[in-house]
Amino acid sequence: MAETAVKQPVVKEREPLFGPKERKLLTDPFNDNNPITVQVLGICSALAVTSLVYPSVIMAISVTFVTAMSSFFTSLLRKSIPKQVRMIVQLVIIATLVTIVEQALKALNFEIYKQLSVFIGLIITNCIVMGRLEAFAMANRPWRSLLDGIGNGLGYGAILIIVALVRELFGKGTLFAGSPLAWQIIGPSSDYMLDTTSIGWLGWYQNNNLMVLSGAAMFIIGILIWIHRTWNPKLIDVS
Amino acid sequence: MHSTRYIITFVAILTMVVALVLSLLATGLKPIHDRNEAIYNKKAILSAIESHLDQKASTMTADQVQKIFDDQIQQVVVDMQGNALEGVQADQVDMAKEKKKPLAEQRLPVYIYNGQDGKIYIVSVRGSGLWDEIWGSIALEDDFNTISGATFDHKGETPGLGAEIKDNPKFPREFVGKKLYNEGGKYVSVQVKKGPITDPVHQVDGISGATITSNGVTEMLERGIKYYEPYFEKQK
Repeated sequence: MAETAVKQPVVKEREPLFGPKERKLLTDPFNDNNPITVQVLGICSALAVTSLVYPSVIMAISVTFVTAMSSFFTSLLRKSIPKQVRMIVQLVIIATLVTIVEQALKALNFEIYKQLSVFIGLIITNCIVMGRLEAFAMANRPWRSLLDGIGNGLGYGAILIIVALVRELFGKGTLFAGSPLAWQIIGPSSDYMLDTTSIGWLGWYQNNNLMVLSGAAMFIIGILIWIHRTWNPKLIDVS
Repeated sequence: MHSTRYIITFVAILTMVVALVLSLLATGLKPIHDRNEAIYNKKAILSAIESHLDQKASTMTADQVQKIFDDQIQQVVVDMQGNALEGVQADQVDMAKEKKKPLAEQRLPVYIYNGQDGKIYIVSVRGSGLWDEIWGSIALEDDFNTISGATFDHKGETPGLGAEIKDNPKFPREFVGKKLYNEGGKYVSVQVKKGPITDPVHQVDGISGATITSNGVTEMLERGIKYYEPYFEKQK
């Protein structure tokens, strides 16, 4: 009797593990729901860490890890989290993950840890993380919450890296400075960054110091929002 | 709605789990963190004597840095009267903590590099920039007058302005060859000058837009190197 019961095919309809809905969770934050250009969240760190590309990449990876894992664990606990203290519980989860990232970075790459300094700790206050927990993870299953977290982290990271590429190239004349792949692209002379590979376009461009200051990121993000809205008319608020 | 007892239990368990995870992680990684920090500080000291090394300090591996420190660098700690102290290494002296002590009790680290071109003395200085502390290592030739190299760091200066003391390799290189004493043997230190340089032996070009940080460097050098004067006198 028991054997025949086991052999019965499962009639329950299963949703695919990675169907169109799941794909949308990953791609949406790059376009229709970008955390920076559409929701205008996480601007603080986008202004602060984007003067060089390499720290921006590390920051993007760190934020993606935190959004993904905090969404996953919050979703896992969503039914047992008491509603009255849910935000504090979410904060505890976020803060724990951020501390893990900080400790890991301090052990793996101390120079980048020094460079990013307080901004790793400030991921705790990044509105994107808590926004996704409140808006998505508290009402969805762990797998989808994880994808949503990864999508939003990467959507944030993509903007961060675009801004950093512009700022580093025109502000310092280099790309990926501080990493093993450091390149000197343009700039007044080859001796500004000593440890880079130079490609010989030097001498005609004077570094624009405005790009190094955080004000430049504000302009670049503004221009990115403009381009994004022109390109995607769905985003224009008609009300 | 959950009961109050449930909420308290839930939060208590969550906090304990989190505390356990984090304390295990912090304790487990502490030796690696300490080692990384020590190497980071040693690299900063080596970049002050970069012109005497085969390789740039920033591209060295941890083992290479350690090897130079083991083989070629002698660490001395001196007191304000210039006497070498027994039983303490220069890298055990935390300048930030020393600065808080009364002046007479402060200890000063000296790193002596034994290279092919004779001894190089590396001294540490600490002062204030615009937003927060700045510090640096100054390498002196064995006449205790000529600067052989310098390196600076800061806690929170503005990127592109004050932070250039660290980020722009041209700035510390300007100090190479400058002299601390004038021809009459009087201590004049080295000034970071706004505007045109009038005295190329004792002045370096300041950073535009970072006058307060530049003045902080001037003050830090003038005061910080003077602390070492009794030690220099005894070595001569």
